[in-house]
Amino acid sequence: MGEVIVITSGKGGVGKTTTTANIGTALALLGKKVVLVDADIGLRNLDVVMGLENRIVYDLVDVVEKVCRLKQALIRDKRFEGLYLLPAAQTKDKTAVSPQQMQELCEQLKEEFDFVLIDCPAGIEQGFKNAIAGADKAAVVTVPEVSAVRDADRIIGLLSANDIMDPELIINRLRIDMVKRGDMMDIDDTIEILGVDLLGVVPDDERVVISTNRGEPAVMDDSSLAGQAYRNIARRLMGEDIPIMNLETDEGFLARIRRFFNSNRKRAL
Amino acid sequence: MFDLFRFFGKGESKSKDIAKERLKLVLIHDRTNISPKYLDMIKDDVIKVISNYIEIDEKGMDIRLSRIPQKGDTYSTALVANIPIKKVKKLGPNKG
Repeated sequence: MGEVIVITSGKGGVGKTTTTANIGTALALLGKKVVLVDADIGLRNLDVVMGLENRIVYDLVDVVEKVCRLKQALIRDKRFEGLYLLPAAQTKDKTAVSPQQMQELCEQLKEEFDFVLIDCPAGIEQGFKNAIAGADKAAVVTVPEVSAVRDADRIIGLLSANDIMDPELIINRLRIDMVKRGDMMDIDDTIEILGVDLLGVVPDDERVVISTNRGEPAVMDDSSLAGQAYRNIARRLMGEDIPIMNLETDEGFLARIRRFFNSNRKRAL
Repeated sequence: MFDLFRFFGKGESKSKDIAKERLKLVLIHDRTNISPKYLDMIKDDVIKVISNYIEIDEKGMDIRLSRIPQKGDTYSTALVANIPIKKVKKLGPNKG
């Protein structure tokens, strides 16, 4: 029986889809059977980020409406053993699926896969409710900016109201040069404000843009720092104890990151 | 901590500290669903009630939501009021 993890953020453009694609690919590279589910109906993108856009025949809505069988809609990624994509429909909207149907779909996928990663749409409306309906746990993606952190806080509240407790945080696009200048909230600041556990920190890395241009997840790129960060997150999801990677040479800073990674802050209210 | 930064810094706050302070305040209001406007309404009513008994300095009054550290690493939200007293009113025995 696999695990259903929803990748969510509230705010758009913080990197949910890239995160889903990379963590999923990393898990497959580690030998797991993984399906990536694009729950962003009407605005699908996981297919292009994965470079699988030319292979779509059926989609999630077709499965739910029983136009096809689940197996027919799953796209096998030929580059990675055990990696599959269930694309979203592009011409329908969020109301084409109900939370109940999503829950049933997740139950089915869990039978077959070790990890079911759901790429959640931005916002807190129907699409969000659908995406979290069948999730066992959540990873909240944020960037160290006020708007994204505020929305992450709102999402954490909504997740717990829907009985998805203790979501874990991924801080994306951290710029260590700006952190050093005191012009960007650091890991410590963000964790303190949101009061959740840290799943990973992904440094800002232009190689992510380059690999996405090619339709190849950054985890395939050995020279990509972000790729390394995603591989680390995948191993943490498998239960390994991997420290947050050293983003700079200052010993004190590293010790601090470790401390905050290990801390078990509980959320207020 | 915040003041220390200022003292040793270049005289102006780092932008990340400003971001952090602003976020903390806005999240207190988001989480409780109490807007600053709503808080003003509470404040006006508190002034009305307390003024029956005590003459207070309305300008110096401060009422806000605050995070109070609890055991461990948890926080709870509290309504904190600081109300400077000017004079206690003399109440007659039958006042009420």
